[in-house]
Amino acid sequence: MGRKILFITTDQQRYDALGCNGGLIARTPVIDGLAKNGIVFDRAHPQNVVCMPSRSTMLTGQHVSTHGVWMNGVPLASDAPSIAADLRRAGYRTALIGKAHFEPFIDPFLRFAENRIGSAGLETEMVIGEDGLPAPHRGFEHFALATHGGVGPFHYARWLREKNPAAAAMFFQVLDQQLQVNAGGGGDTNAPQVKHNEMPRELYHTEWVADQTIDWLSSLPADADWFCWMSFPDPHHPWDPPKSELGRVNWRELDLPAGYIEDAAERERVLDDKPRHWRMWYEGTFISNYEAPAKWVPKTLTADNVREVNAMAHIENELIDEAIGRVLASVASRGWGDDVDVLYTTDHGELQGDYGLLFKGPYHTDSLMRLPLLWSPAKSAKIAPARVSAPVGLVSLAATFANIAGLTRPDYTESERLPVNDGEARDLGHERVLTEWDSVMFGKIVHARTICRDGWVCTAMLPGTVHDGSEGELYDLANDPLQHNNLWSSTQHVAQRDALLDDMWSSLPTRVLPLRPCDAPV
Amino acid sequence: MGSVRRHIHINRDPDTVWALVGDLARQHEWFPFSSSRLEGKKRWMTTPSGITFEEDIVTHDHALRRFQYRIVGNPGITSHLGTCDVIEDGHGGCTVVYSTDMEPDALAIVVAGAAGEGLSKLKHMMESA
Repeated sequence: MGRKILFITTDQQRYDALGCNGGLIARTPVIDGLAKNGIVFDRAHPQNVVCMPSRSTMLTGQHVSTHGVWMNGVPLASDAPSIAADLRRAGYRTALIGKAHFEPFIDPFLRFAENRIGSAGLETEMVIGEDGLPAPHRGFEHFALATHGGVGPFHYARWLREKNPAAAAMFFQVLDQQLQVNAGGGGDTNAPQVKHNEMPRELYHTEWVADQTIDWLSSLPADADWFCWMSFPDPHHPWDPPKSELGRVNWRELDLPAGYIEDAAERERVLDDKPRHWRMWYEGTFISNYEAPAKWVPKTLTADNVREVNAMAHIENELIDEAIGRVLASVASRGWGDDVDVLYTTDHGELQGDYGLLFKGPYHTDSLMRLPLLWSPAKSAKIAPARVSAPVGLVSLAATFANIAGLTRPDYTESERLPVNDGEARDLGHERVLTEWDSVMFGKIVHARTICRDGWVCTAMLPGTVHDGSEGELYDLANDPLQHNNLWSSTQHVAQRDALLDDMWSSLPTRVLPLRPCDAPV
Repeated sequence: MGSVRRHIHINRDPDTVWALVGDLARQHEWFPFSSSRLEGKKRWMTTPSGITFEEDIVTHDHALRRFQYRIVGNPGITSHLGTCDVIEDGHGGCTVVYSTDMEPDALAIVVAGAAGEGLSKLKHMMESA
């Protein structure tokens, strides 16, 4: 018997969401307990700040330029490398429960396996591998798929329709009639994508994901090795937790988050100090991507909207924490408690009011890039708890899973495994972490490349629709933790900036061409 | 308006390719639809997820090797024009171009993806025949 792996992801969660990372609102004792006994990464970045590219990086251990999922809507190649497939070949039982999103959601033609598996209520879909043998899709023998609501082809939506045909309509409608992210609002403040959800807690997707995970683990023999990716759709918008839970956090009592600048003039000065697409989006004059409502103008966001959105996210985070607690209790009841590595992270962050903005896009600051990432190694591995300050990326996860399973690092991965402390981070070469952004939406083109190392974050905006290649961002993380002071054009920091850019360009993998086509908005 | 286009080069003469592409009742053989039904200038195309699109055939020109159609009667689609051209390359092969102009624009991207898959299948069918 080897070490088992419980890989927990949330969606669109900030670093400061958790108590172990200094969060003061949501109570997350279960995750904090994992952190106390494990390794907490204080500077973990995704390799892209939207779902599909970031999740593809987790699965493949590759940067975006290599796996080719360069924006949402670009499907990961069906024959792309998968650490789940490697683990399965090594004898692990494998499951992905919750949100996958390696393939587009909007798929009336059922071109993509995730949608076929969900719509037919299957566990998986078998494909012929390079070795000529049938293997489950992306290496997962069991899928139980969900997304942010109750509509669509996935298992959760099917289950919900059976439980209560009216329940799907209780969620906020994520997309509008034009298939754009819905600009409508609700709650007490008419905040975007907020709704008081009448759904009973036991029908909510967070509970379903935990229940499905417990059921699948319960189906395994005691001596099985397993890799279970438990993937919660929350706290991604819409912010519509069960109404029964709203009493957990009263938005009226919340302080505004540190990243929200109350004074409009100061907020706009900070935005104007950044590359021009920041202010243009704030004003509603340049909508570059599908991940935020096209018909919503961030400038209209009120302080009370920010409070209410934050309260909703905190509530969803508490529900996730409690759901994880149920799963861990189930794992312990099977006698696996000493042999399970638990890794916890998210795919990207959320602006959540920072700079007067919500949602996500080509905005490479801590709001979207600094992620919760922690690893609670199996007790049997006897790895000491630590906090790691070295920059690491989700690109290291695949190699980490391989290492836990006793496998050599797969050739296709592009990063060493996660370190267990800062000393090992140096030994493994964790000096920098890279993030890419590319979006093309009917002629609106944005490209950005970012490096984080030595306490600096530096982003180059490449030529596109509104950028000529001269703009960028440079932040001193120690002295400017909210990234309000862009030093890109500071004459005193030119050498620092250029050294970072040189290192970034020499470290980024060569982009695999031709680009894979975008086949859906999301 | 979402305006998208996909194309592919096929090493088969354009008349052979058009014999299939121009047979509007057979589009499901190469495009990821599950079935097609043609009645005069009306057509109904059904996707594997069970959605049926009602269409008006706008152009069906054998000399030009072009067909155009509009999705109609669908409240979720406020504007649509689809165009497929088979263009001789002068060297015995042809290029097939599939264009869509559509509101909502997000759906145009989905149709483009399906067109890309359909054109790849068409090429395979034609070149392996």
